[in-house]
Amino acid sequence: MNIWEIIVITLIKILIVFTLLLLTVSYLVYFERKISAWAQNRIGPNRTGWKGALQPFADVGKLLLKEDIVPVNASKVVHTLAPVIALFVAFTTFAVIPIGPDIKLFGYNIQLVAADVNIGILYVLALTSLGVYAITFAGWSSGSKYSLLGGIRSSAQMISYEISMGFSVAGVLLLAGSLRPYDIVYSQSGWLWNAVIQPIGFITFFVSAFAETNRLPFDLPEAEPELVGGYHTEYSSMKFASFFLAEYANMIISGALIVTLYLGGWHFPWLESFGLAPWLVVAIQILTFIFKLAFILFFFMWVRWSIPRFRYDQLMNLGWKVMFPLSLLNLVWVAIVVMYIKP
Amino acid sequence: MAVKKRTKDLTFWQKIYLPEIAKGLALTFKNMVKPKYTIEYPEDKFIPPPSYRGRPVLVMEADGEERCVACGLCARVCPPLAIEVQASETEKEKERYPVKFEINMLRCIFCGFCEEVCPEEAIVMSKDYELAFTSREEAIYGKDKLLTPIDQLNDRIEFLRKYK
Repeated sequence: MNIWEIIVITLIKILIVFTLLLLTVSYLVYFERKISAWAQNRIGPNRTGWKGALQPFADVGKLLLKEDIVPVNASKVVHTLAPVIALFVAFTTFAVIPIGPDIKLFGYNIQLVAADVNIGILYVLALTSLGVYAITFAGWSSGSKYSLLGGIRSSAQMISYEISMGFSVAGVLLLAGSLRPYDIVYSQSGWLWNAVIQPIGFITFFVSAFAETNRLPFDLPEAEPELVGGYHTEYSSMKFASFFLAEYANMIISGALIVTLYLGGWHFPWLESFGLAPWLVVAIQILTFIFKLAFILFFFMWVRWSIPRFRYDQLMNLGWKVMFPLSLLNLVWVAIVVMYIKP
Repeated sequence: MAVKKRTKDLTFWQKIYLPEIAKGLALTFKNMVKPKYTIEYPEDKFIPPPSYRGRPVLVMEADGEERCVACGLCARVCPPLAIEVQASETEKEKERYPVKFEINMLRCIFCGFCEEVCPEEAIVMSKDYELAFTSREEAIYGKDKLLTPIDQLNDRIEFLRKYK
């Protein structure tokens, strides 16, 4: 492959990933509403299109037509910059997550990832940390006390949980011996998923992922009774929609990360022993990844409509006094596994 | 500051919190697969039981005559003064009939006093709850809108005979 072929293939991959991500995000909003309805014995949106399937497009159309309000007290540049950062972080992170093994297409060997970076996990961690800036900027620049408090809470929460998240990931990296997402997936073939080998790390990472995406048991930045809308109180129209999109895109990314790091990526146990055609094996593996991701996303929503919100001090207690020591414990356990159990 | 002592402490498993979360998730999942209570309104309509007090209507006999004898008790008892009756004489056995019988549906509070006080079982509450007007004049229902054939009101009349 010469350089031009690589560039064209990568651009096509970016286009596909971007389109799929946007579509999935809009349908996540739809499914969020449906699942909330089901959990409350309701039907949910069912008027636009078949069973309400066109609802996300109706929502986006409505948001685009709304007036874009910038408060007088707001710092205009930062106020506009914040949703841009949020979206940028949300969409660029997906670039390093592989959704399947290499495939052969038109004589090319194509990797099912936009960028096969050997420091992929570090890249993801770095970018998701940038996401805090979006929220802090939004909170600070709105010139409203609710936004400011929401932004502060959110940044405090994300920083606290990033530590336990980082240590949980360290366990995975120790076992795989690489920062490359491909190597991490290959290191957990068969049933040797990281969720089985290091259950504590899995739980701490999972809980931290909830906190990082600001979803319900930890959605303090948007605690309606105290903070109105949290950091996006003063946002309207498409800027608000960008935060919304970013939130759901972050959900997909956390889900994909959980699948890649702990649930064995695209691995389907004992698939190789069935003796299927190679193209069928690849198709099943990609479907496996999508199915795992869909289940994690469903779980995110399921939790949202089941568990009440944590109080702020409880959240900090859990983050620093429970999650942090547990993730350290997990790291020690993985070290023992690497030293004595794994040959 | 006095420390309030808990009467019941949490057990170890409750403190770990994860089993309790699993219980909560199981409960919401059970509700997700349950049949829904929603009635999809314009397509499926709620059919009220006979005890329902909807729009008050005048009973029309099979021969097209109203039962009302225009005694005016309903107008007298109506708390928001929504009913207006004007009586006149007729050759028939009942001797009197209403020339004009109007209910202002913007005033009506659906209390059912008119039905309760009526000596002739001539005004009853129907099952009609779809009331929408575009002007105030439209909300004043005259005899043309109030008269309802008796076979549509049988279960309400039965209910009244049983419980009134």
